[in-house]
Amino acid sequence: MTAHSTTPSDERGGLGDTLDLSAFFRLVGEVEAAPPDQAAIANASRPLSWWRRQWRRLWDTSSVRKAVLLLLLATAWHLYARHLNNPLALPDVLATARALWQEFRSGELPLRILMSLKILFAGYFIGVACAALLSIAAMTSRLAGDLLETLTTMLNPLPAIALLPLALLWFGIGTFSIIFVIVHAVLWPITLNVLAGFSSISPTLKLVGRNYGLSGPRFAARILIPAAFPSVVAGLKNGWACAWRTLIAAELVFGVSSGSGGLGWFIYEKKNQLETDAVFAGFCTVIIIGILFERCVFYPLERRTLHRWGMRA
Amino acid sequence: MNVAASQPLLAAEDVSITYSAGTRLVTAVSNISFEVQPADRLVLLGPSGCGKSTLLKAVAGFLKPSRGRILLDGTLIQGPSPERLMVFQEFDQLLPWKTLHENVVFALTSTGRAHRREAKELAMAYLGKVNLAPFAHAYPHALSGGMKQRGAIARCLAMKPAVLLMDEPFAALDALTRQEMQRELLALWEEIRFTMLFVTHSIPEALVLGNRIALLSSHPGRITAEVRVEDAWQSGERKAVHRSLHDKIQEMLFDGALDYTI
Repeated sequence: MTAHSTTPSDERGGLGDTLDLSAFFRLVGEVEAAPPDQAAIANASRPLSWWRRQWRRLWDTSSVRKAVLLLLLATAWHLYARHLNNPLALPDVLATARALWQEFRSGELPLRILMSLKILFAGYFIGVACAALLSIAAMTSRLAGDLLETLTTMLNPLPAIALLPLALLWFGIGTFSIIFVIVHAVLWPITLNVLAGFSSISPTLKLVGRNYGLSGPRFAARILIPAAFPSVVAGLKNGWACAWRTLIAAELVFGVSSGSGGLGWFIYEKKNQLETDAVFAGFCTVIIIGILFERCVFYPLERRTLHRWGMRA
Repeated sequence: MNVAASQPLLAAEDVSITYSAGTRLVTAVSNISFEVQPADRLVLLGPSGCGKSTLLKAVAGFLKPSRGRILLDGTLIQGPSPERLMVFQEFDQLLPWKTLHENVVFALTSTGRAHRREAKELAMAYLGKVNLAPFAHAYPHALSGGMKQRGAIARCLAMKPAVLLMDEPFAALDALTRQEMQRELLALWEEIRFTMLFVTHSIPEALVLGNRIALLSSHPGRITAEVRVEDAWQSGERKAVHRSLHDKIQEMLFDGALDYTI
């Protein structure tokens, strides 16, 4: 039985050896710790000076870094515009800011923003609701799932704006046509993300849900949807961007009747009047609203859910 | 003794499980029979791919045997139920969007075992039993593998299932943690006396945890022997019995290929 002396102890649960193997063990006495060198320790980690601490804190904030980058981009734009010296083609930052302020004070821009947001929210929420309904249908039956997958593959690459002529034919010029196009723009990207989310749920989690007696809508609500939540949020963000893009593009193509168009129409109108600085002010407004929405809606939502759960991909 | 054994808590009767893989029919396990009495710790021990996990899934009700039947308290098992709860090998079995405490509360309330207030107290008590009380309000992603498995065990035990099904729950842990978990599981058993069906491919783990071991051969999985470990311990000095059992089982599982080369 001498062969046992080489048995890895782990494999045998640390039991089983009766041989005296102490000859192979060299016992090492406890090493007395040297008294710590206080001066060396103090030197190794000194507190930073106040200025450097503040600087570190600022620079570690991503929004500060991004603001600095924005400032640099704006400076580059401004310098190039000055160099070009052609306000009709490229107004500088100050002219744009001035136009933004004027259009805002005159009340035209707020009105346009309001018009755009109304249509945007209507289209977005109808799109999200449709996506939710279709996804639920896809969860309940395999055939519905196949249908939705096919539809998504077919319709997602179709640019929403390409549907505009058809929408005009069906619904005429007006708000309804734009909402129709936005719903199309929002629906498929969200559905695509949600479907991808469902198919990437860990099989173990599904078994756990079934083991604890969940089935049908309760299984969907308590297991499937939270487990797919990272993809759902990604879909909502993606859908939001698509909605914005489509809205502005649609408004550029046709002005809504009786001068009640939104931001896209504002940009189009100002271009016709050769007020390039106002056109740029329109662009800036679109960008600013996009950033605000991201910071005020999606970012807190992600912080409160995905970050906290460690579920960010 | 005979009276207690008249109706086992859990019984598998001549169970075969076949599934189709591509164009072929694969038999995972065939003609399996075993009985589990209350407070038994039956270990299904066999090499990888012998169908022991498949068998456990059938006991859980996740899949149906193609032949034979599995009975709990004399009733045919027809689907998953909180009466037979499974602890999985994977670390992601805790719901990541709930804290440890919420995970246990979720189990108790979604099955209607307890109302919210009661569930909260029960959950805390069982997290205490697995030494996780200080981490009760942490989300799973912040915990180590061993802690996640302990949380999963607490979630199952709080439900007081008729049978606890363990599918290699410690296989993905490091060796030291695994030994610690085995010790803790035994201590829990001493305290609560639950009934356990434990699947593993590690002989030392089977010897530590089981009062009985069923040895499975592979392709297809069949029970080749049943070892009454608890009774075997009485037959001599513990170390010697352990070594002999280990070697005997090794021999039976791997056709006598005793290999101690490292």
